Amino acid sequence: MTLLKPAVRRALGWAALGALVVLAMFGLWGAPPDEVQGDAQRLMYLHVPAAWVAYLAFGVTAVCSALWLWPRTRSMVWDRIAGASAELGVLFTALTLLLGSLWGRPVWGVWWAWDARLVTTAVLLFLYLGYLALRRVPAAPEAKAKRCAIAALIAFVDVPIVHFSVTWWRTLHQEATVFDPELKANIHGVMAFTLWWGVLAFTLLFVYLLDRRYRLEALEEDLDERELEQAIAERVAGAGTPGPAADKEEVPVG
Amino acid sequence: MQPVLRLRSTVCLLGRFPALAGLDLDANEGEVVLLSGGNGAGKTTLLRLLAGLLPVHSGEAEVLGVDLTRDRRSHRRELALVGHETACYDDLTTRENLEFAVRASGLPIDAATEAIGRLGLAPLADVVHGRLSAGQRRRLSLAIALARTPKLLLLDEPHAGLDAEGRAVLDDVLADASKEGRTVLVASHELDRTRALATREVVLTAGQAHGALEAMPRPEPART
Amino acid sequence: MNLAQEVGLVAGKDLRIERRARVTLQQILPFGAIVLLLFAFALDPDRGVLQRVAPGLFWVAVLLALLLAVGRAFTIETENNARDGLRLSGLDPAAIFLGKAAAIGLQLVLLEALLAVGVVLLFDVSLSSIGPLVLATVAATVGLAATGTLYGVLAVGLRMRETLVPVLLLPVVSPVLLGATRAWEAAIDGVPSDAWPWVGVLSVFAVLAVGAGMLAFGPLLEEA
Repeated sequence: MTLLKPAVRRALGWAALGALVVLAMFGLWGAPPDEVQGDAQRLMYLHVPAAWVAYLAFGVTAVCSALWLWPRTRSMVWDRIAGASAELGVLFTALTLLLGSLWGRPVWGVWWAWDARLVTTAVLLFLYLGYLALRRVPAAPEAKAKRCAIAALIAFVDVPIVHFSVTWWRTLHQEATVFDPELKANIHGVMAFTLWWGVLAFTLLFVYLLDRRYRLEALEEDLDERELEQAIAERVAGAGTPGPAADKEEVPVG
Repeated sequence: MQPVLRLRSTVCLLGRFPALAGLDLDANEGEVVLLSGGNGAGKTTLLRLLAGLLPVHSGEAEVLGVDLTRDRRSHRRELALVGHETACYDDLTTRENLEFAVRASGLPIDAATEAIGRLGLAPLADVVHGRLSAGQRRRLSLAIALARTPKLLLLDEPHAGLDAEGRAVLDDVLADASKEGRTVLVASHELDRTRALATREVVLTAGQAHGALEAMPRPEPART
Repeated sequence: MNLAQEVGLVAGKDLRIERRARVTLQQILPFGAIVLLLFAFALDPDRGVLQRVAPGLFWVAVLLALLLAVGRAFTIETENNARDGLRLSGLDPAAIFLGKAAAIGLQLVLLEALLAVGVVLLFDVSLSSIGPLVLATVAATVGLAATGTLYGVLAVGLRMRETLVPVLLLPVVSPVLLGATRAWEAAIDGVPSDAWPWVGVLSVFAVLAVGAGMLAFGPLLEEA
């Protein structure tokens, strides 16, 4: 019903919380302000880890989709993880864009810049949203899992193409502000440590949330299974409510 | 007598609804099996499952030597399904639809001409599908099905909308079945007419079949 | 029948339906043209803006028209449950995919030709360096048609198909919009040889899209 044993999950939860607290301390006080950008640059300690998790979640969704599609490893577990990961992914992607925007405003003077990485992340957000829309369509579990898995893999293959095209597009245009926040911010020492710590903290948080979300999904499916068994038993016993049309387009949700 | 299909405790879901809830069924070569039962009893679901169009949730299902729980596709060329809809294109004529269906099934195009003749569709040959009446569509469906010379013919309420001439043709099809070594499963509400031609009757109620396993010589006329 | 013949059969069927129903001709082409016109309303035709952004507007119009074309291509398969017919026919799903994608692609080409004329006339653009222009367009069209067909079949059984396909398809084909626009810009206004790398990107996308479609179309058509 869960991916992690309860004791492990609890430990992970506390570890994530602790790591985030430490991150806050370093991010807000421990690390020095940037020479050029000042304190606004501290948002990097959230923005970059969030972006990392956004892409990590996407990768998890893709890998799980592949595992579901492969007949020998097929199991609803993978489908559930894929769905849970995508939900977290969309959250972290939106967060990445929001933080990027908040960071960009004081530094660049605009709410949005057509920086290659931000644009790719924006496309990622839309790919996610499409996937989630697909997940919400009522369907038999196998059919839904198959559709979503294929959609996820296509999106996964698409991301590098998007990234490559967008990066090339933006460098060709040679904008005056080919803005590369991390590089320009001259990372070293405490700043580097804080950044990596942030990545660690966010990863722990992601795994913890993934487990919780997975549990929710598994519980829902378990409930569905029980209702199904009951429905079968009722039907076998002849509580004959007539069934829905078998050859209509949309599979009705019983 | 070869067994053409064998279902044991078969469960088939439509969404979350168990349309077939532990169904047992046998049929041998040359049999004409009448599937009767109320609306929503599972007749259409059963036929679609046998055609491999619906997945088997649990239980056993073997049709034309193929295990449907593993492979729902290989047996399709040997069967034909006449469902509620014609699976044709509204903008194509009868002839065009037939030719497409026939060629898609890997048959030569003459099979289409032959089917037109056999089902008396000549006057409709150049009429666009969208303009056909329900009975005319039924005939077209039947024509397509027969053109495939199927070993297993699945008919879902084929009498609906047919006129007297059409029904006569349908009767011939059912009557000739065992002669041609063809197995027919027909779901119908036209009980009297079909019972006369059927070798066996199976009643479906709430996703299960009754009277399925032994072939009965002629079913009793009165049934509840 | 071999794969090529099956592809021809399916594409031929779709194109014949189009010839009869004239949906592309009477609805999708005007739609593309109207979109161009609306762009002129939205932007300022007097300050050379349109001329500069013409390639982008062209491809956005093509993308939007693609949504209509894909929708239409699969609507014909849901009328009368034609999908079942395709599944039962035994046609190789990869062939069905290629056939439908080819038909969509040809309709897109027709649209692009019309819109290209529109762009030349309305936006005062001169189409020089035909080589890279045509190749970019061909590669982009293959990619768009293939991806569109893939998502079309993915959503084919679903009620919410019309709103779902756009939200799924458009992000995925964004690199095509990007590449095709840049290729056109290079060919028309800039250094034509700059277009070739973009043609490369578009070609890679096209190959991947066709490959993915051939693999995934079957399972998606079966839907379970």
